[in-house]
Amino acid sequence: MWSYEKRLQHPVNITQCNPKLAQVIISQYGGPDGEIGASLRYLSQRYTMTNKKCAALLTDIGTEELAHMEMVATIVHQLTKDLTPQEIIDSGFQNYYVDHTLGIWAQAAGGIPFAATCFQSKGDPITDLVEDMAAEQKARTTYDNILRLVHDQEVCDPIKFLRQREIVHFQRFGEALRLIQDDLDCRNFYAFNPAFDKNIMK
Amino acid sequence: MDAMNREKLFACITATSFVLDDLRLFLDTHPTDREALDYWERVSRVRNEAVKEYTKCYGPINMYDVEADDRWTWVDEPWPWEGRC
Repeated sequence: MWSYEKRLQHPVNITQCNPKLAQVIISQYGGPDGEIGASLRYLSQRYTMTNKKCAALLTDIGTEELAHMEMVATIVHQLTKDLTPQEIIDSGFQNYYVDHTLGIWAQAAGGIPFAATCFQSKGDPITDLVEDMAAEQKARTTYDNILRLVHDQEVCDPIKFLRQREIVHFQRFGEALRLIQDDLDCRNFYAFNPAFDKNIMK
Repeated sequence: MDAMNREKLFACITATSFVLDDLRLFLDTHPTDREALDYWERVSRVRNEAVKEYTKCYGPINMYDVEADDRWTWVDEPWPWEGRC
């Protein structure tokens, strides 16, 4: 189960509205490499991890991603707070606004709704951890893309924090993959599913 | 003075919590690392003190810490996305 703490993992205090930027950053909420997908991916994959340490890591990173989801939503919320109809039209925010007003909804920058098809839970620890490493890199690339468009320090700061976490998670998933492989026959790691073909465990 | 103290305490909670967030991932894959375990103990202690003090003076961060005497204080303070601290 989870318990909510009434605080952000890293502070977000944006004083300047920028709905154009909000429309880009929302991709890290509900987009293909966003934080919702990340959290659901890791929390879903836990059940077939053959190594307790890896299950712990997926639980803890999956939980941290929930905090990142809240940070991204907060950034979007503060970038769009108190917009006037004129500002909405001038910034091209009207297509989002007509369906969601100034609410937060899980979509990619292009307006595509969040879907579970943007991640896998394959029931194979090696397959899943390799996907997780790729996912962290894809999210890092997206944050890099965002940072090239942001000039407001108040927005840069939390985005840079989120970008750094992708790198740390990549490192830890690499270690988790190694832990899984340590339990296997080193002459052939990849021919079996360690969660299903139990007889091949060392 | 009070606002400054509040901000300082909250910053301490954010900083120590983050150390623990990062450290727990490291400990998941290195559960017997002595240095990391000692660090965890040290930072946990500082964080617990800060959370206790903050909760007493400014209200609960964690719902289990709500003291429900005459008012449900969970609803009183601003929510994190409102950009307070």
